[in-house]
Amino acid sequence: MSTTLTFAKALNTALADEMESDSTVVVFGEDVGLLGGVFRITDGLTARFGEERCFDTPLAESGIMGMAIGMAMNGLRPVVEMQFDAFAYPAFEQVVSHVAKMPNRTKGKVKLPMVIRIPYAGGIGGVEHHCDSSESYYAHTPGLTVVAPATVQDAYTMLREAIRHPDPVVFLEPKKLYWSKEDLELESLRESVGSFGRAVVAREGSDATLIAYGPSVSTAMNAAAAAAEEGRSLEVIDVRSIVPFDDETVAASVRKTGRAVVIAEAPGFASVASEIVARVQERCFHSLAAPVLRVTGFDIPYPAPKLEQFYLPSVDRILDAVDDLQWEDA
Amino acid sequence: MTISTGNPLEGSMQDPSRSSDLDQQATAESYMLPSGQPVQLVDPDGRHIHNDKYPLPNGEALLTAYRELVVGRRVNDQANALVRQGRMAVYPSSHGQEACQVAAAVCIDKQDWLFPTYRDTVTVLARGVDPIQALTLLRGDWHSGYDPYEHNVSIQATPLATQLLHAVGVAHAAKLKGENTVVIAMCGDGATSEGDFHEALNFAAVFHVPVVFFVQNNQYAISVPLHHQTVAPSLAHKAIGYGMPGERVDGNDLAALLSVLGKAVERARDGGGPALVEAHTYRMQSHTNADDATRYREDDEVQQWVPKDPIKRMRTYLTDLNLLDEAVEKNIAEQAETVAAAMRDGLNAESEVDPEDLFRYVFTEKTSQLHEQAAKLRDELSRESA
Repeated sequence: MSTTLTFAKALNTALADEMESDSTVVVFGEDVGLLGGVFRITDGLTARFGEERCFDTPLAESGIMGMAIGMAMNGLRPVVEMQFDAFAYPAFEQVVSHVAKMPNRTKGKVKLPMVIRIPYAGGIGGVEHHCDSSESYYAHTPGLTVVAPATVQDAYTMLREAIRHPDPVVFLEPKKLYWSKEDLELESLRESVGSFGRAVVAREGSDATLIAYGPSVSTAMNAAAAAAEEGRSLEVIDVRSIVPFDDETVAASVRKTGRAVVIAEAPGFASVASEIVARVQERCFHSLAAPVLRVTGFDIPYPAPKLEQFYLPSVDRILDAVDDLQWEDA
Repeated sequence: MTISTGNPLEGSMQDPSRSSDLDQQATAESYMLPSGQPVQLVDPDGRHIHNDKYPLPNGEALLTAYRELVVGRRVNDQANALVRQGRMAVYPSSHGQEACQVAAAVCIDKQDWLFPTYRDTVTVLARGVDPIQALTLLRGDWHSGYDPYEHNVSIQATPLATQLLHAVGVAHAAKLKGENTVVIAMCGDGATSEGDFHEALNFAAVFHVPVVFFVQNNQYAISVPLHHQTVAPSLAHKAIGYGMPGERVDGNDLAALLSVLGKAVERARDGGGPALVEAHTYRMQSHTNADDATRYREDDEVQQWVPKDPIKRMRTYLTDLNLLDEAVEKNIAEQAETVAAAMRDGLNAESEVDPEDLFRYVFTEKTSQLHEQAAKLRDELSRESA
């Protein structure tokens, strides 16, 4: 039986299912208790599992992160919510110096099975400090597993897998997708083994590959649909997992199509998109008919709501980049 | 009505609900306020000072701790020597602070946890960690050399105050799991300026978890004296802002430390919540061997602390009690020499490092990228050795 779920409800269901099956899973953060979180991702968890399993903390992100580390050291699986991307920065030292390094520092004696949930990126007309794409900071830090679901099904399965993962996971939730809907076969999904850490071909094509993750996947899919009307067949790769990065799936696609555009909302300079371009170029050089291009945010602070339409990667901007892939030489 | 309730922190750190008739007018804050002066039970001349709130530990307990004190001083001296000989990169000495170091380790039980800083090697050893494993960090083999779960001692933290939050997390998890665990969270005076210090105390108080925050106020954060860190009446006074009791104690008085910390631990174990204990002590040596303390403090100041030495006064006190004589002293000195010899032997031996370890522990399973990089390094090394 299929159920229509929003992205937000899928995350909420994943949390509830994991808390149900594993009594060591605890959820905490700012406003996640009675309120259910500002995006309602933790809605009803306190009522169902009690205040010891899902609770509000004082308003201090470093405190949340540091306490989670200690709880993970002592046998629990904390799932913490950073209320917004830019509000996670006070916790940065704990993330970089301890979450990422503790297992390595102790030669694996200390494991930190914890999930850092971060509503991230823009596209919802949010005010400043509520729309950052902060993935590069985390991806650049060895020891962190960094993932970003782009579909309702992945919201459910990837969060469950993240909670079960033996290492700390930064779980980036594209906020513009919170209200998107899909029909899911929840019962069979609950039984299925996921493909955590792997990219997927979200749409098959033959002329060029669009590589995207998180909030940019839906934009890439729309661009591929528009290109198809113009007779161009674009493949779309949903990266899903930034760290570890699935070189194999991405390279296989680009070797097949010979052309690629990487799409991400974050400023392009020194970004995950740049890293993907470099990796594709290193692996697919002899298959490439054109340089790999990027469609990213500009190298500016995230703009005010009335200006974000000019900043975000759009279908037109992606199609323009595809047009620039030296087709005249084909 | 008597106030002799057996409350581990009766007096200045007692619960208001247990206050005497006399204290009925006391505000909620008064029970959290530290003593007017640092608690002292044995003065620098080795004489017992009576204190209504804090009983003197029995002679046997003091003698056992004194033994660790002497060993701790020897560990500091030996570690400094090993740095001079190039066997370790650096050593932050706790010379002068050994009473704090020992008290923090012996005031807790086996199932309890300890969160030390980089200066707390003597505490780590007093808790039972193997000296060579502990000093691996400073020899440069790896970032930490011991298994934190073997003695419930977390890794020695260098980012200031960050470990206090981990301590709160361990205590919080213990509370949720119904475990009988108390956590000692250590930091220095400089660390009390960090945001994580504030957040750790606040979280501990809000979640009412069994953590004893133990601040060794050795008067300096590298070169910066205490009055540049805070203008609070004392560091112990900060406790009241978080709604927990604070106490200050003579950090060179082993007896007072054992009594004050012991009560705070007992109170936490009984569900009384967290407490903050500030020990007034002095860093007799430079921050590390790489530091030059003469650039920021006068020798006169250092000399004023020499008569307050923690070992000297305890030796006098125990000798006067006839608990310590030449034979026992000799036995303790031999034990200290045995530890020092083990340190020398262990650190003089060449240690092997494995380049494959670089990639082995970053994740539970290596990523394909780390597999590639490890293979590349392996190839590079095999070509070099060919």
